[in-house]
Amino acid sequence: MTQLITEVVHPMDKWVRPERMPHIWCPGCGLGIILTALAKALEKAGIDKRKICVVSGIGCAGRIAGYIRVDSFHTLHGRAIPFAVGLKLTDPERKVIVISGDGDLFAIGGNHIIHAARRNIEITVICVNNFNYGMTGGQVGPTTPELAKATTAPYGNIEPPFNLPYLCASAGAVYVARWTTLHVRRMIESFVEAINKNGFSFVEVLSPCPVAFGRRNQMREGLDMMIYFKEHSEIRNFIDPKEAPIILGEKIIVGKFVDIEGKKGFTERMKELIKMAKGRALKID
Amino acid sequence: MALRLPQVGGIFIQMEDEIASINAVIGASWGGAKSMTATSGPGFSLMQEGIGYAAITETPCVIIDVQRGSPGTGLPTLIGQGDVMQSKWGSHGDYEIIALSPSSPQEGFDLAIECFNLSERFRVPVVMLADECVAHMYERVVIPPKNQLKIINRKKPSVPYDEYLPFKPEDDLIPPMACAGDGYDIHVTGLTHDERGYPATNPEAHEKLVRRICEKIRKHSDEIIKLEHFLMEDAEIVVVAYGAVSRSAKRAVKLARENGIKAGLLRLITLWPFPERIIRELSSKVKGFVVAEVNSGQIFREVERCSAGKTKLELVSKLGGALHKPDEILDGIEVIAK
Repeated sequence: MTQLITEVVHPMDKWVRPERMPHIWCPGCGLGIILTALAKALEKAGIDKRKICVVSGIGCAGRIAGYIRVDSFHTLHGRAIPFAVGLKLTDPERKVIVISGDGDLFAIGGNHIIHAARRNIEITVICVNNFNYGMTGGQVGPTTPELAKATTAPYGNIEPPFNLPYLCASAGAVYVARWTTLHVRRMIESFVEAINKNGFSFVEVLSPCPVAFGRRNQMREGLDMMIYFKEHSEIRNFIDPKEAPIILGEKIIVGKFVDIEGKKGFTERMKELIKMAKGRALKID
Repeated sequence: MALRLPQVGGIFIQMEDEIASINAVIGASWGGAKSMTATSGPGFSLMQEGIGYAAITETPCVIIDVQRGSPGTGLPTLIGQGDVMQSKWGSHGDYEIIALSPSSPQEGFDLAIECFNLSERFRVPVVMLADECVAHMYERVVIPPKNQLKIINRKKPSVPYDEYLPFKPEDDLIPPMACAGDGYDIHVTGLTHDERGYPATNPEAHEKLVRRICEKIRKHSDEIIKLEHFLMEDAEIVVVAYGAVSRSAKRAVKLARENGIKAGLLRLITLWPFPERIIRELSSKVKGFVVAEVNSGQIFREVERCSAGKTKLELVSKLGGALHKPDEILDGIEVIAK
């Protein structure tokens, strides 16, 4: 006998909040791919769901925290990392994943990311780099390539951008990778590795923003930037990230650049400190 | 704190800046801990956006602000009380916080516990608005045994996963708080949100949320407000003071009594919510209020608002760097007594 299917459950429902769909992202945006990749990575990472927190700042990428079904926090502009540090310190077993945009993490939040990397606190930061401030209408940011056009750089950007993997590696990150939304399988693998890394891990994902960035830079259609990624990407694992700047029209170097073992993380050192200090405690009833 | 907290299983971290500090404090609170930070005026300014976020997300946390002469970098390590209004209105938008003002090291200890109790009870950021004099003061402090301390912890949800609405209040207007790891897959946002905690950026949801986070404090103001009444039974002239200034004010009131003036001191321990009812009631009974503070009249304006022209008012203002001498406050009392 044929049975009627009365309820359709999406295989990713465990990890997303279907009651929040449809999402707010524009057609052609890469964030849907990244959300799926994160959900798949969480599934693959094999961690107790209660021990996962996802934290974001604001902006388009910041909305991921509202769609992923774990304890999730949509924090202030630029402040996802210190918020994540607070969450991590209260339970070092917790896997805390920050996912946010390039402006959020490297302009207003730039101070926090270098210090989190310096401390080697055991959190994962995923930066969705769409080369501009998409949600607010395409303003220039710290990752906008030189000469690219933006609402606030109508003549072309005169500022050199940050090379994010190089910056994070220099500040002390023990895991650094860069992929584009075209490299889905590798991106998921990197997310899993980063989440399970016992130190500060960083993954940059280059993501298309046809509506705000693409249309000012001859990549107006959703597919245009994916084709650009396809034509320009070159995988070079463990290349010195210094050699991987993003320059318009030139090769985009992607890959896993840094994966260091044996460097103690902040909460590990904190546990050692507490163990030492407890021995010196005054007795108070 | 850096020395003591690790000894008792606590965690201390010196963040890279005050913005990071307040956000780490909020994150730690959602991680299930009681968390706090301490700063002075400029750092307090930097923390304001975070305090607003804590207010709308109803995050229990404690901020100690040791006031210096201000604005700007102002007078480092010299007294000021100019952050009174900032502690109430510092972040953008409408919200209510609680602010307490200690006047001695003992009260610094006692009110720190009270700050945590209030923040846990009402799910609100609580400011301990200290001043440089109290913060640098050495005095005897009695630390009672742990079992004699009254400790309040935040309400936790007891309903199953599918029934929990993280921002649905109970009758007291306060929602039970699930934290990270409690198994409820909570979502917290600084955007205006509905009872599920999901963004709901419309006027109805905003009215409901903002009205409630203000009302949950206003409705309980009688429960929150603490005052010290000194020689107030028959007082005709009431000195209103708080923090270190209240110590000079106490002396001034005694001197006035020696001169035959029936003066009393109303020491504000709670600055916010402001004790409106008591000022209103006193204003129709007493000859006048003398407000002494190390700013240009921030609490004076509140007293003026609540007394609504029913009694005489005298402001004894100093702008920072030095505490009032008792004689200066006595002069204010004598102006009203004339």
